[in-house]
Amino acid sequence: MREFLSLRKTYTVARFREQVIESLLLICALLSIATTIGIILVLLSESVFSLNGEKAFFQEISPFDFFFGTKWAPQFAEKSFGMLPLLCGTVLVAGVAALTGLPAGILAAIYLSEYASPRIRKIVKPFLEILAGIPTIVYGYFALEFVTPFLLRPFFHGLLGLDVDGFNALSGGIVVGIMIVPMVCSLSEDALRAVPRSLREAGYALGSTKYDVCVKVVVPAATSGIIASFLLAISRAIGETMAVVIAAGQSPVITLNPLKSIQTMTAFMVNISLGDTPAGSIEYKSLYAVGLTLFCMTLAMNILSQWWMRRFREVYQ
Amino acid sequence: MTASENAASPDPSLTPPAAASDAAGQGAPEHPLPQAAELRTGQRERPYFLWLCSSVTWMSVLVLLALLISVTQNAWGWLDWQFLSSFDSRFPHKAGILAGILGTLWVISLTILFSVPIGVGAAIYLEEYAGNHWLTHVIRVNLANLAGVPSIVYGILGLTVFVRMFGLFGPQGILLKYFGMEINGLFWSDWLGGYLIPLPFGRVVLSGALTLSLLILPVIIIASQEALRAIPPSLRHASLALGATRWQTIRHQILPAATPGIMTGIILAISRAIGETAPLVMLGAMTFVYFGPGNVDSLSDLQSHPEGLLKAPFDTFTVVPIQIFFWVQKFKPEFKSVAAAGIMVLLIILLLLNGLALFIRHRYSKHLRW
Repeated sequence: MREFLSLRKTYTVARFREQVIESLLLICALLSIATTIGIILVLLSESVFSLNGEKAFFQEISPFDFFFGTKWAPQFAEKSFGMLPLLCGTVLVAGVAALTGLPAGILAAIYLSEYASPRIRKIVKPFLEILAGIPTIVYGYFALEFVTPFLLRPFFHGLLGLDVDGFNALSGGIVVGIMIVPMVCSLSEDALRAVPRSLREAGYALGSTKYDVCVKVVVPAATSGIIASFLLAISRAIGETMAVVIAAGQSPVITLNPLKSIQTMTAFMVNISLGDTPAGSIEYKSLYAVGLTLFCMTLAMNILSQWWMRRFREVYQ
Repeated sequence: MTASENAASPDPSLTPPAAASDAAGQGAPEHPLPQAAELRTGQRERPYFLWLCSSVTWMSVLVLLALLISVTQNAWGWLDWQFLSSFDSRFPHKAGILAGILGTLWVISLTILFSVPIGVGAAIYLEEYAGNHWLTHVIRVNLANLAGVPSIVYGILGLTVFVRMFGLFGPQGILLKYFGMEINGLFWSDWLGGYLIPLPFGRVVLSGALTLSLLILPVIIIASQEALRAIPPSLRHASLALGATRWQTIRHQILPAATPGIMTGIILAISRAIGETAPLVMLGAMTFVYFGPGNVDSLSDLQSHPEGLLKAPFDTFTVVPIQIFFWVQKFKPEFKSVAAAGIMVLLIILLLLNGLALFIRHRYSKHLRW
């Protein structure tokens, strides 16, 4: 198209206008890159370098103590910045979310793509869209007011006699799991639907049952897309904030007991910003260090997901 | 299992004894008859897998219903005109969401103002202008990654860039420390009794709107790109062949045709912004706000002090989800009901927006067919 337009290279007002518009639009597109650079710079400021000549976070606390310390007490008189408790809380919540959300998401995707009639799809799909559109704070309320008192307490306390904290990692993890179901479902369904019909028909022609075709032909053929959706979902679970802040508590401890109150990295960040933490204090700077860690974790998962998608994609003619 | 076997079998009374006697009689490693029975009865079909898949799917619908019912039940009797028309209070029966609604209106209007032109512009560039340049490749990869950045990280971005502006300005600012310049704002105005634009912005509506704009930009760009991609190339070719310039083609042919798709994407992005809490908490949106931004609480306020409209973007604020968050955290059990009422307001707004998106998609998908 460019060749056609430049047959006559005379500069007219119209041509000038076209170029101005094109550059304006380019600037809009470049803003997304500026945002990324901005995020990285902001996270590095205060944590790795500081603008106003004071010490940055990692100049006061050694990265080794930060990443491998086992005590997180930024607001005590004797401050301690060992991030493992926060990491443990985050992994616990994301783990519970993955255990509930991923199987549910993939099974729902198989159902919608392989079994459900168009009519059922038409009914279920909007529900999943609504589920995806509900704000995370509502899920937090749901965890605190419904999941813990009406599901977890009767089961774990009433039946098994275990102590269930009012704030616990399990309820937070479960609602985050519910939250990622629509995402896993729609991405995996896309992957399943991209598997060509001929593959299914070949399976049936060889005498396979519907189950065989689903589980042994279609799902393996769509693995790359499914795993990519899993990785994206886990990344989302790691970065999930409000539901976890409300439901999972604010006590940074290292535990694998999901019935205990814990603190995730995101919950800590919200906690710090709620208090009147003066800019320049070490707690304030720790916000950036934790944010940087969180950003790196989710970015790594996202990049891994995209790489996986590209690397292992089966291409059908 | 047996029930389904029997149901699927052509002769239910015969199959189980036949299979049993055969297994007892032969006992050999090969089982020709059980295999045949297996095929005939459809044992390998494993209906439990279908049950599992469908029950999980319907379970998610059930969860949604449980969520809606538990919220409605808690909010019952609390969502009334008093709740919608009063500000927050220490007493649960007097607490209301008006400050949140006004704040959400201001923040979201400004967010739309910033993010929609830029987002659609970027999408137009990427779809209509950009070739296979390395830069456009970088932008595309970058967009996918930006969409996956946790919203709380955008909160830190907003806190540093908009609320504090890297600590450049003000009485303790870096500019004063190194260059001896104390800058507290731009455009002093006696009429407003202060700067038109204070620097740094502080915890104000504008900071929130700019942060949310950055947050939903990738969503808007990706959705608009998809809408633009759905326009058949023949439309472009026809317009260009008639002598229209590129921009004329975009402005008069492609954009009108893509509007329904773009609108749907924008509405979904906006509904995400409305429910977004974490970044605004990071910015330090205020809790106890007993006034709308710029003190404009009603239309009559606009007549008595119209300068409120100019002040509002630089006023402190709260939004609906933040109000909910603080009510959830209170100890008095009545505040749980107040929070539920707030959630109802939020959900109703989102439901209306989603309905609008569905309506647009439905209506225009019928009218435009190529």
